[in-house]
Amino acid sequence: MNGLEGETQFHVLAVDDSIIDRKLIERLLKTSSYQVTAVESGVKALEFLGLLDDEEDDEFSNSNCQRVEVNLIITDYSMPAVTGYDLLRKIKKSTSLRDIPVVIMSSENVPSRINSCLEHGAEEFFLKPVRQSDVNKLRPHLMKGKKEIQNINKRKPVEECLSPDRTRTRLNHDLE
Amino acid sequence: MLGLSVEQLGADMNRLLAILFHQGVLDEQFLQLQHLQDESSPNFVSEVVTIYFHESEKLLRNLRALLVDKELSDYNKMGIHLNQLMGSSSSIGAQRIRNVCIAFRAASELNNRPGCLRALELLEYEYCYLKNKLHEFFQIEQQRMLAAAVRYPAPQQHINNPQG
Repeated sequence: MNGLEGETQFHVLAVDDSIIDRKLIERLLKTSSYQVTAVESGVKALEFLGLLDDEEDDEFSNSNCQRVEVNLIITDYSMPAVTGYDLLRKIKKSTSLRDIPVVIMSSENVPSRINSCLEHGAEEFFLKPVRQSDVNKLRPHLMKGKKEIQNINKRKPVEECLSPDRTRTRLNHDLE
Repeated sequence: MLGLSVEQLGADMNRLLAILFHQGVLDEQFLQLQHLQDESSPNFVSEVVTIYFHESEKLLRNLRALLVDKELSDYNKMGIHLNQLMGSSSSIGAQRIRNVCIAFRAASELNNRPGCLRALELLEYEYCYLKNKLHEFFQIEQQRMLAAAVRYPAPQQHINNPQG
């Protein structure tokens, strides 16, 4: 693991209402040397991200800039009140937060659910239990976020993942 | 002198795990948990499993309370508890418990009370079995850690021995 940009530490926000899964994902992320904030609900996640007011986030509400920088959000899908899907939608609607990569986790393999999340901007969809091999897939998304790549040509082609395996990746990132 | 050696205890641990894997009580996810345990998090597995035990016992109590009520069995609520138990069982590798949950959930979706009662009994049995075996596992692990500490005592005690 080389630090091309010095000691860049990535900060991941993990959201899961299950204590055990929270402990697991936190440990998985920490072994990959990420900084982790783990919260127990979609509401707490919105609070942390400064989106709790449910107002249209515009250029004038700059309070989010002062907050702790989050480089990736990984969230469970099935949560009471605010689901992972709700969280995804809110983040992607926010002008200040929409570029943060979002990954969804779920214990259930529901193709329509997976497609819906990917279509609405989730970078990856992991089936639980999440493993080290899944967490290893986060790095490219984190690196992309940090570097703010404009050059599409440099990006590796993303293979279609018709999973016999347990993750799905969104195709055609940011081609617009 | 101290009874069993580090090697013997290690072998006991592996043998116990092998049996549990062979029986389908545990699956590969339990190994994933072990891989996450290291010097920086030396008790990770037992911490997670302890949380699992607390949570599961609460859920099992809730399920029994729901089923005991002959008049009104809230199958919806049962489903919610089962999903939770299924999820956490899956996360620690408790494969058999998870499979019983699946059967239980199927019965609850059909409002099949006798089926649910049978599934709950099986669930309680499987849970007891797993809890006993994992307690045994962690006890052996602790003994092994003690045995290793005795064999390799702290460096301060050997002033003239640079090995440590």
